[in-house]
Formats: sequence, structure tokens, C-alpha cells
Amino acid sequence: MSILVNNRTKVVVQGLSGSQGRFHAARMKEYGTNIVAGVVPGKGGTEVDGTPVFDTMMEAVRKTGCNASIVYVPPAFAADSVMEAVDANLDLCVCITEGIPVKDMLKVKRMMKTGTSRTMLVGPNCPGVITPGECKMGIMPGEIHAPGTVGIISKSGTLTYEAVKQVSSFGFGQSTCIGIGGDPIIGLKYIDLLEMFEYDAQTECVVLIGEIGGQAEVKAGEWIKQNFSKPVVSFIAGQTAPKGKRMGHAGAIISGGDDTAAAKMEALEKCGVHVVHSPADIGKKVAEVLGK
Amino acid sequence: MYLHEFQAKGLLRSYGVPVPDGGVASTASDALRVAKSLKGEKWVIKAQVHAGGRGKAGGVKVVSVYGDVYDEATQMLGMKLVTKQTGEEGKIVHRILVEKATDIRQEIYLSFLVDRDSEQHMIIASSEGGVEIEEVAKSNPAAIVKEHISPVLGLSQFTGRKIAKKIGLPSNLLNKFADIAERLYQCFVNHDAMMLEINPLVVTGENEIVCLDAKMTVDDNALFRHPKIEEMKDYGELEPQEVRASIFDLSYVSMEGNIGCMVNGAGLAMATMDIIKSFGGQPANFLDVGGGADVNKVREAFKIILTDPKVKVIFVNIFGGIVRCDLIAEGVLKASDEVPGDRHIVVRLDGTHVAEGRKILEEGASAKGINIVTGDTMADAAQKAVELAKSEPHKRSAKK
Repeated sequence: MSILVNNRTKVVVQGLSGSQGRFHAARMKEYGTNIVAGVVPGKGGTEVDGTPVFDTMMEAVRKTGCNASIVYVPPAFAADSVMEAVDANLDLCVCITEGIPVKDMLKVKRMMKTGTSRTMLVGPNCPGVITPGECKMGIMPGEIHAPGTVGIISKSGTLTYEAVKQVSSFGFGQSTCIGIGGDPIIGLKYIDLLEMFEYDAQTECVVLIGEIGGQAEVKAGEWIKQNFSKPVVSFIAGQTAPKGKRMGHAGAIISGGDDTAAAKMEALEKCGVHVVHSPADIGKKVAEVLGK
Repeated sequence: MYLHEFQAKGLLRSYGVPVPDGGVASTASDALRVAKSLKGEKWVIKAQVHAGGRGKAGGVKVVSVYGDVYDEATQMLGMKLVTKQTGEEGKIVHRILVEKATDIRQEIYLSFLVDRDSEQHMIIASSEGGVEIEEVAKSNPAAIVKEHISPVLGLSQFTGRKIAKKIGLPSNLLNKFADIAERLYQCFVNHDAMMLEINPLVVTGENEIVCLDAKMTVDDNALFRHPKIEEMKDYGELEPQEVRASIFDLSYVSMEGNIGCMVNGAGLAMATMDIIKSFGGQPANFLDVGGGADVNKVREAFKIILTDPKVKVIFVNIFGGIVRCDLIAEGVLKASDEVPGDRHIVVRLDGTHVAEGRKILEEGASAKGINIVTGDTMADAAQKAVELAKSEPHKRSAKK
């Protein structure tokens, strides 16, 4: 088992004809992802590298039975693409696009909360989701992953790769790795995914990578304490970050005293999470926790 | 993006929100001219810098003699304003806002922001205006009123009245408050603001409600649809390296240490700073070269890092996903030509095309006769960078 995506996931690429969409669709295919369609308004009826393109998501669903979309649409139009996926009631929408205005995302979230669609959103501004050996929906380098028992949830892209590499080097594979994105307003959050990992028999341990800004990590800690039965290893990036400066990610900014790395690390430790202070110790800690 | 008070007030005025009459000045004689045109007997002079806490730091002066406007303006313009939010280095005042003084009867706090928890907008009000809301939150949390605003529905008049009632405004001011709150929200939402803070919002002796201050930040990601707001960007408020970085689409924040960092990805960039610290070193900066890093971006990143004279070591930490290690390696080699001989370079490459990248780096360095230190893992490389930063300066290269 795994969460979110597996070898039965049928993927549609929104923005398939753009340079990003086309490039990454090819990489995903190479990895073995089942890409069945693309959606590009105005380019219906054409093909990109053998994949049929549709004008609307509704057509793509009807003709191909796709159940998950990945969005490589430029920031000004990306929220609209996500809403189209939600409207089509897909199981999953992964939005890679960086730089979507917050107001647009607020609208997306209102639609998702008040409507009847079951669509789950990962991102935006994220590397995507991978279930090693089965399905890669994202921009991560596939070859560093291996099938296994460690679930990884992270706000970051490259720092996730770092964690994956470390975990793999200690001989542990991953069940599913999810980059939830570095924006202030995102789809699935730590707790949503932890809940899925709790019921996923394959997952034995979860690595939770957070960063400064917001309260998501603290809330996850409290939830873990009450509800999560598997060990969690955590690293919070930005221990050296100054207050009030945006550290690359739109959401990574210390605005009060309770969203610093130190405050989050302390809160997580109190909830029984295995917090590592150095990003180099993530793999080692996982090995220690899993007793190997 | 931060707006200056006078810029934010200009936007508010265009939404029919009452703000004091005033004008901006960059010389003392300008300030006199503005004061004269405003008439009145009392003026307020306010330093226009991107930082709160100006009042206590001497950045706000009330003047009741016309001639004193000139003296106060002379004193304030060019001064280094050190407030709670600027840090020790302070901010130089280049512009001042001269306003007609307002007859204040009561000070209120009012703000709008994006609430990450509820994923909606939020309006926050308090009967205790004129002081920092964080302090009120500690001393008298009951005085703070919050309501969510759906970005789809907007702020209704009744919500405005409800808030007015809760913060203790008299009945005859409820509608006036609700009207101003709705206009403020319109201005906030239409400009994709992340925050709009009016502290204080005041009730005057004539029972009018006026915004005495305005602090506004706009979502950087939405600037593409607000070209006029983007034009208001004050590059003078940024450090020169930050300006240069923004032109090349790099994300840079300067720090106090001597190890310059060049990393791909914001999370890994923060983690790189953290690991340097955990080995006893100090990072000189945060720098994310982003997903589209190529040879030119690497050279530009090196240039920006090297403008900081404190930097003794440049630490390159790349985990290639979209970014290819071979391109980074080529970039590092090119950029190394411009690195002074007494600075060290430490490189850690991993991910996409790592074998090619390492080979290019090794062969290139030996061909050039320079020493580029490499590390296999992040920890290994970080440790080497910290050791080199602590070592006595010596020649990195024996250039032929």
C-alpha cells in the first residue's frame, strides 16, 4: 500500500504543451507514471509526445478515465486550473506552480470547502508526490527513491530530496513522499497526510520536515500526540533565520515569537516527536527509531 | 512588498476612506510648502521608512509653530532612525509625510490580514489603539475582536457594526465605522494585500473617524496584476545585494556570519544555514538560486555573495532535481575566476547528473590550478566550510 498515488493512478497533465509540462511529463513517463491525457484550453485534438490533449478537464475525464491531475500552468492561470480539476471531481490534484497569488488560493479553498467535490489538493509551490516504484507525480529526481516503509511529508523540495537520500542511504525505502508546498495557503496539510499514513499498513515511520512561519507544525505535533501511533522524526528549517525576512518561500517568514524554528522544535519534542537539530541527522534518526 | 504610509494613504483616499490632509516631502523647504498649503495651526511630521515603532524612536513629531516645520524636517531628513523593528543598523529617512494634525478623542486599532488557519481574510479590532497589538494581546486579550471575512462574500455592513459594538463605540458611530471598514476591506482585497493595519484609527473631537496611520503589504506574487503598486516599490529600503538578487530572480537575505551560501531551494537553503551553525560556524547569507539555475545565475550569485566583505568561504550546496549538477559545476568554475585568492570555495553536489558535475569540477579545478574543496554529503561539506572559515587566511590558489 501507499497513500495518494499508486500504480493504478491515471494522470492528466494540465499545461502539457508548455515547456515545464512537456519536460516533466516525459520524466514522469520514464519513471513509469501512467499519463493518459493533457488539458490545454484551445489545443484540444492535438497530441504532445503521443499523449492526447483535451480542451477541458471534463472531456479528458470522460475520454480517458483519468483520476489525478498535475498542474504546470503559469501562476496567473494556475488557480483556475486547480478549480477545473476540483470541478471535475478528480481524486487528486497536484499543483507544482510557484507564485500563485494568495487571494486566488483563498478562492480555491472556499470552493473546495463549500462544494461537494472530493478532490484533494497537494501544493501549490511543491515538488509533488511520489510512491517509489509505482507513480511519480512531480518534479523530484526519481532515482534517489526506493520502495519502503518511511513516509515523508515536507514543505520544501530539495530538502525533501536530501531527507530521501539520507533515509535511502541507511537502507530504508519510502512508502510515499509528499511535498506539501511552501505557500501560506495550501491543499493537504501535515495532519491530513499523517491521518492517511496512520492507516497505511506499509508505513512504519514518518519524517516531517517543516520550516519557520505559521503554526502548521505545532498543530501537527499536538495531533500526533493524541492520534498517531507510529514514530515521527522531524527537522525544522530556519533555526538561523532572522525575524521579519521572507526566506524564499512565501510562507517562510517569522512574524511573531511562536513561529520560530526553536518554538516549533520545542513544541514537537513535547509531543513525543523525535526532533533532530541538524538536517544531516534525519536518516540516522530514522534508522535509530526503526531499531536498525 | 511593503508600501510606505503615504502610498497606502493615497490608496485609501481613492477608496473614500478619511485620512488626514497631507503631502510628502524630501527636503525641508518642500515640507514648509506642504505645511503652508495645508493651512491649520498644528502639523505632524512622520518619517517614511518601512518599520513600525517610529513614534518612540523620534520619527513622528508634532509641530505647532509654522517655522518649526523647517527645523524638524531638517532634523528628520537624513537621520538614521533606529526603531524596535529596524535592528541596530536603523534606516535612513529619505522622505517625510507632513500632515494636518488631528484632534484625537479616542484611539482604536483596526487591521485586515490573511488568516492561514481559517484560509480566509480576517478583520481584527481593538478598543486599545495607538499601542502595538502584540502588547494588547498580552496585557488585555479580551479587548481584541476578530471576525473572519470570506474572500467571496466580502465584509458586510452588519459585521462592521458588530465589531464597532464589541469595541465599545457609541451607537451614533456604528454605521460610520461599518462604512469605513467596508471601504478599507475593498482597498485591501482589490490590491491583493497581505496586511492592512490602521493603528490608530481615531475618533475626532467632531465625531469623525479618521485613519491616522496606515501600514500595508501587498502579495509579491500578485504584483503582475498591479503594475501601479509595483511602481511604488522603494528599492532604497532594500540592501543593495537584495536589489541585485531580485533583478536576477534570486532570493537573498544577508546575515552576520562569514560563510556565504549558494543553495537551490528555500528549505535546503535554510537547512544549510542551520547546519553551518550546528558545526559552530556562522552563515553570511541565505541565497536560493531557484529551480532554473544555470551558469549565469551561478556567476551572479557568486558576485552577490562576494559583495559582502565578511565572506571568507563560499559554500555551494546543490541537490539537483530540475537543476543539473553539471551546469552548476560549469557555473562554479566560471565564477571562480572572479573569486579573490584568499576566499575558499566548498562545493557539495548531489542529485541529477551528479557524477558528471563532480568530474567537471575536479578536472576544471586542476586545469585552472585552483583548489575547490568538495564534500560528499551536506554534513561533510558544511564541516569543511566551517573549518576553513575559522582558519587563518591563506592563498587558495597558486594561479599560474
